Amino acid sequence: MSARDLSTRAVNTWCPGCGNFAILNALKSVLGGLPASGAPLERVVLVSGIGCHAKIADYLNVHSFYSIHGRGVAVAEGLKLANPGLTVISCAGDGDAYGEGIEHLIFAAKRNLDITVLVHDNRVYGLTTGQCTPTSPPGFRGRSTPDGSREDPLNPLTLMLAAGATFVARGYSNRMDLLKETVAQAMRHRGFSLVEVLQVCVTFYNLYADYNKRVYELEGHDPADFDAATARAREWNYGAEGRIALGVFYRAERPSFEQGFAPARPASRRAEKIRALLAGRM
Amino acid sequence: MKNMKELSVLIGGQAGDGINQAAELLGRILAGLGYRVYGLIDYPSLIRGGHNFAIVRGAEAPIAAHRDAADFVLALDQGTADRHRGRLRDPAGLIHDPETVKVDGTGIPIQAILRDAGAPAIMRNSCLIGAFAGKAGVGWGAVEKVYAGEGGKDSALNLKLARRGYDAASPGPPLAPLDATPLPLVTGNEAIGLGLLAAGLDAYVSYPMTPTSNLLHFLASAARQFDLKVVHPESEIAAILMALGFAAAGERSAVGTSGGGFCLMTEGMSLAGMAEIPVVIVLGQRPGPSTGLPTYTSQADLNFALSAGQGEFPRLVVAPGTPGEAYFWSAAALNLSWKYGIPAIVLVDKTLCEGTFSFDIESAGGAREEETPLGAAAGYRRYLDTATGVSPLVFPPDPEAVVKVNSYEHDEAGLTTEAPETVKKMQEKRLRKGASLVADLAGFPAVTVGGDARGKTAVLCGGSNAGVCGEVASGMGLRAVSLSLLSPFPAEQLSAALAGVERIISVEHSATGQFAALAAAHGFVPARRVLRYDGRPFSIEEMQRELEGAIR
Repeated sequence: MSARDLSTRAVNTWCPGCGNFAILNALKSVLGGLPASGAPLERVVLVSGIGCHAKIADYLNVHSFYSIHGRGVAVAEGLKLANPGLTVISCAGDGDAYGEGIEHLIFAAKRNLDITVLVHDNRVYGLTTGQCTPTSPPGFRGRSTPDGSREDPLNPLTLMLAAGATFVARGYSNRMDLLKETVAQAMRHRGFSLVEVLQVCVTFYNLYADYNKRVYELEGHDPADFDAATARAREWNYGAEGRIALGVFYRAERPSFEQGFAPARPASRRAEKIRALLAGRM
Repeated sequence: MKNMKELSVLIGGQAGDGINQAAELLGRILAGLGYRVYGLIDYPSLIRGGHNFAIVRGAEAPIAAHRDAADFVLALDQGTADRHRGRLRDPAGLIHDPETVKVDGTGIPIQAILRDAGAPAIMRNSCLIGAFAGKAGVGWGAVEKVYAGEGGKDSALNLKLARRGYDAASPGPPLAPLDATPLPLVTGNEAIGLGLLAAGLDAYVSYPMTPTSNLLHFLASAARQFDLKVVHPESEIAAILMALGFAAAGERSAVGTSGGGFCLMTEGMSLAGMAEIPVVIVLGQRPGPSTGLPTYTSQADLNFALSAGQGEFPRLVVAPGTPGEAYFWSAAALNLSWKYGIPAIVLVDKTLCEGTFSFDIESAGGAREEETPLGAAAGYRRYLDTATGVSPLVFPPDPEAVVKVNSYEHDEAGLTTEAPETVKKMQEKRLRKGASLVADLAGFPAVTVGGDARGKTAVLCGGSNAGVCGEVASGMGLRAVSLSLLSPFPAEQLSAALAGVERIISVEHSATGQFAALAAAHGFVPARRVLRYDGRPFSIEEMQRELEGAIR
């Protein structure tokens, strides 16, 4: 498979200007560069959940598992545990990863299982036409909260740091080069990696102007420093205040769950072993 | 079998007294003498205190049910003596320590023996087991052999205590070994696990829940020996989704749970149906609704198992009733699930899961890994439409194929579609697999006939009631017909099994008669239904009374 045929015949149905295009293109760029770096493209399996983001499984010509809402991370874990030689990328939406399936995200981070989770965080439910999500700002007026949300948003970066993620980063759909570089680093990381991508929904929550004013790239930050990473992550709590840092917040080396998990050898002589086990019960 | 040689012993005490382990030793002593054994464990859901008891029954022929009557009651506490002495034919069969239990029977100075040996209280069991063996006329060699097989640092002391108990009991008439090859003992959970292993299970993913927690424990402890992957994840939802991930990478996986956990798995079940991913779900039933009775038995999740998951898709639901059937059908479930790309449920209950049985692997029917239909990588389409509906499989990281698995309605290549003609075609393709499965299953032993094969009245049941119904029907001139396959429903085999029958009596652990309704929906209408919903399995005597009432 060459870089040329990473597209499929599926007709793209994202809205013009959708931030998902940036993630699709960043992935195409990173995946397209894999063979040159000696990583066969056929080892990649892309998992998606349900929502606008999930259509990416139809648009990328790689092995994929278009799963169900919130559960993509658990599917990705199963794939990786079955075959640690696979490169497993789990694309998820914010309602998906931070709402319905947050348990899987937290536990995958806790296990430090070697998968890369890309969260397409547009801070609104797009496909269900505009409700608040776990990262919508306080007072968000959506179709399910016409008087404004009464909940504070979740800060996914501090959550992931607390859960034990060994790679935590943030990208932005309007900073393409940084996004590509961040995704590439996340995929190279041995262990659980989370890339929170601020991805703008032009139809239901267009934040381009706001983000463009507030984002900056991390510089002089030591990603090995957990406390510094936490401080940077807390600069912005997904409300109206604060500067929004982009780049790698945290990176640590820790044994990943799948290392040493696979049996040392393929299963064999099952019938014989069953008889031996039964003989021990006499 | 009328007048068969048999013996029942009950041991009881509090949770934490080691009743389960003691029952296992008692079972192994009887098994070593050539008896076919069934063991029932009854315990409330708590860790210390309460009342636990186990009944171990040995007989000449294979059995899967207990008797109310007992030959021996081994009482670790007063509560056991009070509750269970009514079961005894001869009060001398009540073996106890007069220092702690005030009752007529055979007194053994257990506490004094323990003090003398400097042994901890948990070893009372060994003394009691020894006393039972002495009183029952079991040769000392049979006891010694079982303790030798236990191994461990305490085995010498346990054996010494058993001997003290053995000598303290006035010996009964000798219990001669039967002229039969001793068989190993397994629990139903273990038989299920062994069947899955025989059929090539690569991974078992499970969140603990009674009555299948012991299947998780068994497979986790056997994982190294069998080169098996075992994962205990954060929830039942994660369990089934991980299992589907394993399968998508080509590894045979299974999950185990009970009704509450299965509620959480239903979305994954439907995903397996739509995305055509094989998975085996071991569903051990206990009484509901909700938490219900965690440590007791039920068959009331039948309709749930038959219909769980949104949409319409083929599924396999098997309901083994004996350890042999559990072994055979668990293997078959895994193989058929992979052959057809469908979810398969092994529908069992606490009675089978946590019961202990003599297991004859030779008569259980073959269980081995059968080949998965694999496809050609060039031009691969994950959902290729075929005459049987079955799409051959290819797995990542195949370099030639692009494997696209999809929960959304999709075309043959696995790309999402909402085009009406494709939607219709793919729905029909999936259902066609169900029709192919029906034809395949005609060659499987889905219906078993026991009792009086010419009886005009049939006792019809499924799952773990097979043992008790079969044994009781034999003595009453009734035909016993049990189903170990529920979906697709084996209507043709059942029709043959019921040939000449004028009256059907159904037996099940349900308050609303779900099994009876299932049979009736296929034209087999029970004239009487025996329903039980107090969480307890039928004893031989209870079943006899039920059937006598039903045929009157």
